[in-house]
Amino acid sequence: MPTALFPTATLLSALAGILLILILPSRWGGAAKWIALLSALTGFGFAVAAFRAYDLSAAQPIQFQLDLPWVEALRIHFATGTDGVSLVMLLLTGIIAITGVLFSWNVTQQPRAFFALFLTIIGGVYGVFQSLDLFLLFVFYEIVIIPKYFLISNWGSTNREYGAMKLTIYSVAGSALVLLGILGIYVLAPGAALNLQSLAKVTFPHSFQLWAFPVMFIGFGVLAGLWPFHTWAPTGHVAAPTAVSMLLAGVVMKLGSFSALRVAMTLFPDGLAAWRMPLAILATIGLLYGALVALAQRDLKFVVGYSSINHMGFVLLGLLTLNSLGLTGAVLQMFSHGVIGGLLFAVVGRMLYDRTHTRDITTLGGMGLAKALPFAAFTFTLASAASMGMPGFSGFIAEISILLGAWKSFPVLLIFAMLGAGVTVAFTLRALQRSFFPSLAAAQSAAAANPHATEPLPPITLPERLGAAVLMAATLAAGIFPKFLIDPILHSFESPQSLMHHLIQGVTR
Amino acid sequence: MNTAFQLFKYLTPESFLAETAFFVLIAGLFKSTASRRTMLLSLTLLGGLASIAWIALHPENIVICHGMAVIDPLTRFIKIAIVGLSLIACVYAAASNVREHLAEYLALILFSTIGMMLLVSAEDLLMIFIGLEMTSIPLYLLTGYLKRSAASAEAALKYFLFGSVAAALALAGFGFKVAAVPFHLWAPDVYEGAPTPSAALIASGSKVAGFLILAKFLTLGFATGTGSAVWDGLQPGWLPLLAVIAAASVVVGNLAALSQSNVKRILAYSAIAQSGYMLLGLLATGVNGLTAVLFYVIVYALTTLGAFGVVGIVEQRRGGAQLHHFEGLHRSAPGLALCMGVFMISLAGIPPLAGFFGKFYLFTGALGSVSSQNGNLGLLWILIVAVVFNAVSLYYYLIVLKHIFVVPSTEAATSAPQPRSAAGFCIGLLAVAILVLGLYPPLLLSPLQRAIHGATEAAKVAAQPL
Repeated sequence: MPTALFPTATLLSALAGILLILILPSRWGGAAKWIALLSALTGFGFAVAAFRAYDLSAAQPIQFQLDLPWVEALRIHFATGTDGVSLVMLLLTGIIAITGVLFSWNVTQQPRAFFALFLTIIGGVYGVFQSLDLFLLFVFYEIVIIPKYFLISNWGSTNREYGAMKLTIYSVAGSALVLLGILGIYVLAPGAALNLQSLAKVTFPHSFQLWAFPVMFIGFGVLAGLWPFHTWAPTGHVAAPTAVSMLLAGVVMKLGSFSALRVAMTLFPDGLAAWRMPLAILATIGLLYGALVALAQRDLKFVVGYSSINHMGFVLLGLLTLNSLGLTGAVLQMFSHGVIGGLLFAVVGRMLYDRTHTRDITTLGGMGLAKALPFAAFTFTLASAASMGMPGFSGFIAEISILLGAWKSFPVLLIFAMLGAGVTVAFTLRALQRSFFPSLAAAQSAAAANPHATEPLPPITLPERLGAAVLMAATLAAGIFPKFLIDPILHSFESPQSLMHHLIQGVTR
Repeated sequence: MNTAFQLFKYLTPESFLAETAFFVLIAGLFKSTASRRTMLLSLTLLGGLASIAWIALHPENIVICHGMAVIDPLTRFIKIAIVGLSLIACVYAAASNVREHLAEYLALILFSTIGMMLLVSAEDLLMIFIGLEMTSIPLYLLTGYLKRSAASAEAALKYFLFGSVAAALALAGFGFKVAAVPFHLWAPDVYEGAPTPSAALIASGSKVAGFLILAKFLTLGFATGTGSAVWDGLQPGWLPLLAVIAAASVVVGNLAALSQSNVKRILAYSAIAQSGYMLLGLLATGVNGLTAVLFYVIVYALTTLGAFGVVGIVEQRRGGAQLHHFEGLHRSAPGLALCMGVFMISLAGIPPLAGFFGKFYLFTGALGSVSSQNGNLGLLWILIVAVVFNAVSLYYYLIVLKHIFVVPSTEAATSAPQPRSAAGFCIGLLAVAILVLGLYPPLLLSPLQRAIHGATEAAKVAAQPL
C-alpha cells in the first residue's frame, strides 16, 4: 500500500468494521466485539504506520495528501491530508478505539448495533482529523452526532434519555453556528471552493471575520466544553455507557478544539486578534469553574466529567496563547486528556460502577476498594497522578507548556490558571482519597450505612486489564518521552509552509 | 402549427396513463380479492413504466401551440420523477386499508399524475390553471376516500375549500400547493385524515410539480419586478415577499411540529418547514437556484414518500400513527425501523444523507445570489433563521426515532415476522437511494444539470425568429 493512503486506511478500517458487523447474522452477535476490536487494531496500526512514515524534514507539513473529485458542480472535493497535529490526534483516536472496545467487552444487549454505532463515531472522528475540505470536515463532524444519541439513550445509565437529548441538542446547535460560518466562507471565497489550503491564502473581509470567527469558534467550542456552553458534558458523560464516556472525553471533545484551531483560528486572523482576549477569559473561567465544581461533587463520574471541562479549558487557553509553547502544549493536552480522561472514565464506569452499582464517593469508600479491587485502585491512583499533572506523565508536560505559554501572552490570566491547576490537585486527591483510601472512621460509617458493602465483587477481567495497561502506557510514554509527539506538532506550527504558521508569527512581533 | 395528430403524439405519455386508468377501472368491476388487487397494481405499474419508457426514449424538444406548453429535457426529467413517485404511491395503496374500490383509487392517482405532467409542461397561465385543477380535483377525492372516516371527509372538505379559493389567486395558488405559510393551514389535517397513500402523493409528486411550476412562474413570468430582500437594502418586489413567506414557513413549521404526537402531523408540519427551505432556493434567481430547488424537492419527495410508507405499514399493523404506535418497532421490524431512521435523519439535514447536501446547496445558492462586496452578505438574516430552525427540527425527528429505537414496546404481539411486501421493497429502495444520493450527489445532480442546460438551450432555439 502506498504510504499516502495510511491515514485514509484508518477511516476505511472503521468503515470495513461497520459493514462486517451489519452483515453479521444476529445469532453470531457475540462476534461483533471481535470485529470491532480487529477494526480498531487495524485503524491504530495504520495510524502508527502514518506516524512512522511522516517526514519531519519535508518543508510541507501536510503530508499524505489525497484529492478526489466529489461534487464537481459545487467544487467540493474529498480532500484529506495529515499534518503533525492531525497525526497526534489520529494516534489518540486509535488508542481510544481499541481501549473503548476492550472496556465494552461485557456489552451483551444488542452488541451488533452497539459496536456498529461505536465504529461510526470512530470513523467520523478519524475523518475530521484528516479532512482538508471544509465540507468534508463538516460531514464527518456531523456524522458523530446521531450515533452518540443512540448509544447513550439505549445503553446508558443515569438519566440517559435526558442526557442524550441534551448532548445532541447542544452538538447540533454548535454545528448550526459552524454551518453559518461555512456558508459565509463558501460564498465569499468562490475561487478557493472549500479547500482549507486554498482558503488559508484568502484574506476574508474584516467585517466578516469579526462575526464569523466568534460564531465558528464558539460553535466548535460547544463540543470542546467551552464555558458557558459546557453543560452538556457532565450530564452526557454521566449518562453515557463507559465506552461512550471514553469516546466523548477522549476524542469527541477534541473534535471541537481541533476544528477550532484548524478552521476558525487558521482562516480568520483578524477575527482571532479581536476576540482572543474575551475567549481566553472564557477558557480560564472554564478551567477554574470545572475544577471548583468537581471539588463539590459526590458522584465520582461527575467529578471526572467536570475534570474534563477543567482540562479542556487548559486546551482552549493554550490555543489562544498563540505562541509555540502554548499551542504545542494545547495539542499535547488534547492527547493527554484523551488518554487520562478515557482511563478515569474506564475505572469509574466499568471497573467500579458495573460491579458496585454506585458512584457515590462516600459509599465507595465503605467498600474497601483498595483491598477488594487492587487493580482498579492502582489504575485510578495512577490516572489521578497523571490528571493532576505529576511529572513523568503526559499531563505534566502538556500543562506546564500551556502555563509557560500563557505566562508570555496572558500574565493576568496565568494567575487564575495556576489557581485552577491547584484546585485540580485538590479535587483529584479528594476523590481518590474518599473513594479508595478513606479514613478508618469514614469507611466504617459508610460500610455501616450500606448493607451490600461487604459483598464480594467480581474480579477485574482480562480485557479491562489490557485496556487500562494500554492507556497507562500511553500516558507514561508521552510523559517520559514527549519528543516523539512534540516534533511533529512543532513542525506543523513552525514550518513556513504550514497553514498555521501565521498563528505564531502574529505574536512574536 | 401543430396538427391534432401531432398533439396526440406529444401527449403519448399522458395518454398511456389515461388508457391504463380506464383499463384499471374496467378490471375493477370484478369482485375484489387479494389476487385481483395484485393484478390491478401490476396493470397500473405496467402502464406507468410504459409512460416512463416513452418519455425516456423520445428526447425531443417541442413547443406546443405557440408556447402554451413545452416539452424539453427538464420537463421530461421531472415527468419521469413524478410518474415514478406516483407509482410508488400506487404500491402503497395496494397494500393499504383501501380495500374497497381499489381500482378507482389507483385510477384517481393516475388522473392526478396526468394533471401534474400537464402542469410541468405548461407555460401559459391558462394551461397552468388547468393543470393545477386537473391535479387537485383527483387529490380532493383521494383525500376523502375513506367514506366511513369522519377525519377523512373533514380533511377533503378543508383541502377542497382552501384549494378552490387559493386557485383563484396566482401566488396564493402556488403557496397552497407547496403548503407555505400562510397558506398551510390545510396541511396537518389533510395529512392526518387522508388515507396514507393519498397523503404520500400530496407530499411528494404534487410538491415536485408545484415547485417546478412556481419556479417557472416567478422566473419567466416575473423576470422584472423582483425587488430585493437584502436586510439593509429592501426593495419592493416579489423577492422580499418570498423571503418573508420562506422564513415564516420555516419558523411556523418547525415550531408547530415540536408539540405534535401524531407522526403524520409531524410530517405535515415538517413539510411546511421544508417548503420554506425550498422557497429559500427560489430567492437565488437563476440556474443555480433552480437546480438547488429541484434537487432538493426530488430528494425531499423520495424521503417523505418513504416515511409515509413506513407510517402506512405501522398504521396498518398497529391501528394508528401516534408516536406510541411506533414503540419498539426496531424489534418487530428492524428493516423498517432502519429505513425510518434514514428518512428522519435525512429530513433533519444530517450528513451523509441526501437531505444534508440538498440543504447545503439551497443555502449556498440563496446566500450567494446577492453580490457580496466587502463581505456584505445581504441575505444572511434569512440564512440564520433557516440554519437555527434546522437545528431545532432535529428534536422532533429524534423524538420519532426515540420511540422507534429507544422506548421499549408494551405490545406483546409485535414479534410477528415481517412479511416481505412490495411496499416494504419500495421503502428499502427509497432508503438506499437517500443514502447513495447523500454519499454521491452527482448521481442526481449531473443529469438534473444537463436537463436544465438542455432546457435553456432549447428555449434559446425556440426564441429565434424562423
